[in-house]
Amino acid sequence: MNLFNFLRRGGSAPVARERLQILLAHERSARDEPDLLGIIREEILAVIAKHVNLDPDKVQVKLDRGNTFATLEVDIEVPNRFGAALAKTA
Amino acid sequence: MAKVLVVTSGKGGVGKTTSTAALGAALAQAGEKVVVVDFDVGLRNLDLVLGAERRVVFDLINVVQGVAKLSQALIRDKRLENLSLLPASQTRDKDALTNEGVGQVIAELREKFDWVICDSPAGIERGATLAMRFADAAVIVTNPEVSSVRDSDRIIGMLDSKTVRAENGERVDKHLLITRFDPARAARGEMLSIEDVLEILSTPLLGIIPESEEVLRASNVGSPVTLNNAASAPARAYIDAARRLRGESLAMNVPSDRKGLFDKLFGRRAA
Repeated sequence: MNLFNFLRRGGSAPVARERLQILLAHERSARDEPDLLGIIREEILAVIAKHVNLDPDKVQVKLDRGNTFATLEVDIEVPNRFGAALAKTA
Repeated sequence: MAKVLVVTSGKGGVGKTTSTAALGAALAQAGEKVVVVDFDVGLRNLDLVLGAERRVVFDLINVVQGVAKLSQALIRDKRLENLSLLPASQTRDKDALTNEGVGQVIAELREKFDWVICDSPAGIERGATLAMRFADAAVIVTNPEVSSVRDSDRIIGMLDSKTVRAENGERVDKHLLITRFDPARAARGEMLSIEDVLEILSTPLLGIIPESEEVLRASNVGSPVTLNNAASAPARAYIDAARRLRGESLAMNVPSDRKGLFDKLFGRRAA
């Protein structure tokens, strides 16, 4: 045991306490926030579903975080028929 | 009015099963009719801690699936006639447990007993959420150690959101039970103190169970610690906790087995 450890002996509980307080403050705030990506995904799905029968798993919403801005990527896979109908009106 | 109590923790190995057995026995010793229900499907152990492992015929899943009647699956304790056990299944089909099925069994148990104590598996998966689902009150078992405290915080969040009571806008009464506490180490600043844990988790304290050899000794012989050696420090702590569950208000202390000089010199192997 070196001198540093000797001096620190008996003092580890305050470290535990501080680490827990910081960690739990973070985890609690994350827990209370609504799942925004999930909500956006559900709402997009509802809009598309008004017009076409859609497999719920075919709507992907992804968030890429860059240095200056973030990109929200929405990937919707629609049946070919519906794609053709959309192409006509485009 | 029957009360459904879940004993939960998130983290494994902190003393849920030991506490379920000890609190169940202490309540039964006080004259309450108690059933302890093992929700750890695939890894049941409450039967072993209670010394009933060779008497298991039917289990919770059999009752949920209608293979056995509740009365056939319940095992009455040989020492305490007020205490019964509903064992978990040792086979691995935990998907056999549904919300509805478990809800029906709990409703039936409410008719027969004063206390229905659900021993939760570790983790936050299906078994743990089912064990807490129908609870009126919860005992959160926590060791004064960082990972246990963190997991308890998570479980407290789930009690406030994933239970029937929470969904109906009611509260589950939460009680913190600190186990494996070592007052000397806490006093030296080597272990989180009771005040630290209470401040971090802001949940009312039900009891403090001191670290003790008696707990292992009791589980070795298949007897709840409150029955095996009622005068021991952990047993006294559990008996006090059970009295608090019944609504008594008692001063909080940490019972100790501190030995005199004679015991220290000659009595170490006295038991």
